[in-house]
Amino acid sequence: MLLQLTSDQENFRETTARFLTGRVPIEQVRRLRDDPAGFDPEFWRQGAELGWTSLLVSEENGGGTISDSGLVDLTVLAHEFGVRAAPGPLVPTNVVAAALSGVGGPAHAAVLASVLAGETTASWAYGEAAPHDRLGDVQLEVRVEGGEVVLNGVKRPVESAAQAARLLVTGRAPEGLTQVLVPTDAPGVSVEPMRTVDLTRRFGVVRFDDVRLPLDAVVGEVGGAADQVERQLQLAIVIMNAEAIGAMQAAFEMTVQWSFDRYSFGRPLASYQELKHRFADMLSWLEASHAINDRAAAAVEARSPDAEELVSVAKAFIGTYGAELAQDCVQIHGGIGLTYEHDLHLFLRRVTVDRALYGTPAEHRQRITTVAEHLKETA
Amino acid sequence: MSADEREDVESFRQRARTWIRANLRALEPGEDIEPNLKPTNLTQEEELAVVTHERQLQRQLFDAGFAGLCFPTRYGGQGLTPDHQRAFNAEIGGYEYPARIQAPTFSPCASVLLEFGTEEQKLAHIPAILKGEEIWMQLLSEPSSGSDVAAALTSAVQEGDEWVLNGSKIWTTGAWWSDWGICLARTNWDVPKHRGLSVFILPIHQPGVAVHRIEMLNGLKEFCQEFLTDVRVPDSDRIGEVDAGWTVGTRWMFHERMLYNSPFITVSPGKTQGGGGVSMVDVAREAGRLDDSYVRDLVGEARMLELVGKALQRRVGEGIMTGKMVDQSAALGRLFAGASITRIATIAFDIAGATGAAWTGDEGAPADCGTTFLMRQASSIGGGTTEMARNVISERVLKMPREPSLDRDRAFRDVPRAGSTRS
Ligand SMILES: Cc1cc2nc3c(=O)[nH]c(=O)nc-3n(C[C@H](O)[C@H](O)[C@H](O)COP(=O)(O)OP(=O)(O)OC[C@H]3O[C@@H](n4cnc5c(N)ncnc54)[C@H](O)[C@@H]3O)c2cc1C
Repeated sequence: MLLQLTSDQENFRETTARFLTGRVPIEQVRRLRDDPAGFDPEFWRQGAELGWTSLLVSEENGGGTISDSGLVDLTVLAHEFGVRAAPGPLVPTNVVAAALSGVGGPAHAAVLASVLAGETTASWAYGEAAPHDRLGDVQLEVRVEGGEVVLNGVKRPVESAAQAARLLVTGRAPEGLTQVLVPTDAPGVSVEPMRTVDLTRRFGVVRFDDVRLPLDAVVGEVGGAADQVERQLQLAIVIMNAEAIGAMQAAFEMTVQWSFDRYSFGRPLASYQELKHRFADMLSWLEASHAINDRAAAAVEARSPDAEELVSVAKAFIGTYGAELAQDCVQIHGGIGLTYEHDLHLFLRRVTVDRALYGTPAEHRQRITTVAEHLKETA
Repeated sequence: MSADEREDVESFRQRARTWIRANLRALEPGEDIEPNLKPTNLTQEEELAVVTHERQLQRQLFDAGFAGLCFPTRYGGQGLTPDHQRAFNAEIGGYEYPARIQAPTFSPCASVLLEFGTEEQKLAHIPAILKGEEIWMQLLSEPSSGSDVAAALTSAVQEGDEWVLNGSKIWTTGAWWSDWGICLARTNWDVPKHRGLSVFILPIHQPGVAVHRIEMLNGLKEFCQEFLTDVRVPDSDRIGEVDAGWTVGTRWMFHERMLYNSPFITVSPGKTQGGGGVSMVDVAREAGRLDDSYVRDLVGEARMLELVGKALQRRVGEGIMTGKMVDQSAALGRLFAGASITRIATIAFDIAGATGAAWTGDEGAPADCGTTFLMRQASSIGGGTTEMARNVISERVLKMPREPSLDRDRAFRDVPRAGSTRS
């Protein structure tokens, strides 16, 4: 998160923080473990009133930002989610809202309004099943037949798939990448719930068997979605990173406190140089994570040419070092760190899931190389 | 200069760009002018010629009004802001500039002078530094202590309005071609170590100072050791109060940890953290391994570390400037740079494969990787070790308990010490 928020952003942050602390304290997050949806729809609707769904939506479409950058505002929000391991489909709804606002046109205005109001949950169906589960591999088949668009294929893991009324599905038509907004109750759509390491996130496998929709279900141009898909990927990663950083921050602060309170051999853990040095490393990773994700957010907001590279750099770094930090926090807690009763795992769970979604650190490192190669060629 | 008379960053950037393109030489593809401790085939005379050339470049910058952007105008600087310096850094990329006289001359040396020097000292030296007439060194580490700088044994004894210095300083990189040194010395042995130090400035080339060059692992002889024998320094060349040298020293080390984030230093965007990912593409290509997915993973990691390091430096710089972070947070940037540059050296060596270990005369980038690997730890030792940075972060930023110390509350002369491990 930025070191300097504007006073409006600071108000926004505080309002959300207060709301989250009141509505989903840790005990509530723990209770939601057994809730099929993982969040209360009424909680989400109220969050929408606070602006959780509108930041990437243009004013004409009913959205609005806090500062002059809705994406930066959203990273402030996501950070507060991460700090509390809060529930709710923050990443997928915002990505879909951004897409519908940007390229959805009048055909999707009603769905967008409902997503904005927090009444409809929408999600992005992007990743696929092995062997097509590598970053950027899209095989789901889309074809146009007369006045209809037909979908065949499998998407996984799709966040909040069973809760979502609409899925923005990224597929491949003969003309190129194509996106379709699919109602989850359309004939041929089936959702199989998945298990996951996070307590409140829910994922599903979504199968599309000859799903037929009117042509105006297409979002943007048939075959012309490549740039928009890249944009969605960048947005999703920046928001998710901000949330992971919030979780890192919480785990780190909790462990620093523990190191002052816990004694061994007559001294607090915080007095051992071995541990002090590890805290120093962790703080450098944490601040570095803030720094690089803020750079990535600014670049994505400005649609600057280095956005792709910075987003992958941020994802590769935060994926790797976020997980290292959380695991080191477990190590420094000792046995208690491996128990369900302690809160540390809530944050470990978040960074663990975030590390693997939308491309692993290794996949993003390779993507960085591709960009660096182009830089070399054009230099 | 008040904010409204100051040129705005964008028009400054345009002016800098135009001037740089018209006046500075564009670098050849792959040409590296950064001081990076890579072996060279230069003779001593050729190396001195490079230094002379850099002095001329600095003079050219000065005459054009682009030297010392963040130094006050009364000392020959431009009175601009860190944002102007950042804009200038971005524009200098791909062009020749006096890279090797930036650190430690402009920072920490000139930064310390600016902060603690008397008006006469500043007027005497800062303009000369900005014109390229004076290159400065830090005379800080000693054979007996580097991390524990406050345990300096070099002594300064007052005789009338002069001080007589005796002792030895070491690991000064490039002292043999430098002009002035800023030197931490002991002026009182009867108080605890931090309370008996003073700071002096002195010309390096004078009869009482013998400079010996020391060969490093890569064959370079850039390390120097200075033997100070009855060096006479006028009291007017003392920086800060007598016995209050640690007040100066603390800020001195702060400026040192600010590294390339210092607003006093010009650094091209090509001066990456340890050579970074873009140049790693060259290593991989020349090694014929750019299609190997394992190698692509490594190249990406190097580039990642480079860009994250830059972002971190900027955040920490901003945090300190705005008071959101304590000054000692500068150690975060220092630690990250040390850890990532060492990692990048390892990555380069792995990409190069056996060519990094044994090469023929014409094998380009991969052939340098073994030697760079040998010198890998330099980035985690020079400028204060990463262990010391970790101490500072945990104790000063996170406020964890200090290490127990045996020297804090006793007269320095009674503190146990080993004999020098190097004569
Ligand atoms: C490339 C390069 C350029 C340099 N340039 C200069 C220069 O211009 N001017 C100058 O004055 N010096 C310079 N130095 C010297 C450098 O500052 C010192 O080498 C460094 O501070 C370490 O000091 P030392 O070598 O005496 O090692 P020591 O202080 O003896 O340390 C040895 C090891 O013990 C560790 N250690 C020491 N104390 C502690 C502690 N309390 N807790 C944990 N670990 C500890 C250290 O981290 C290190 O790993 C340079 C060094 C290099 C490599």
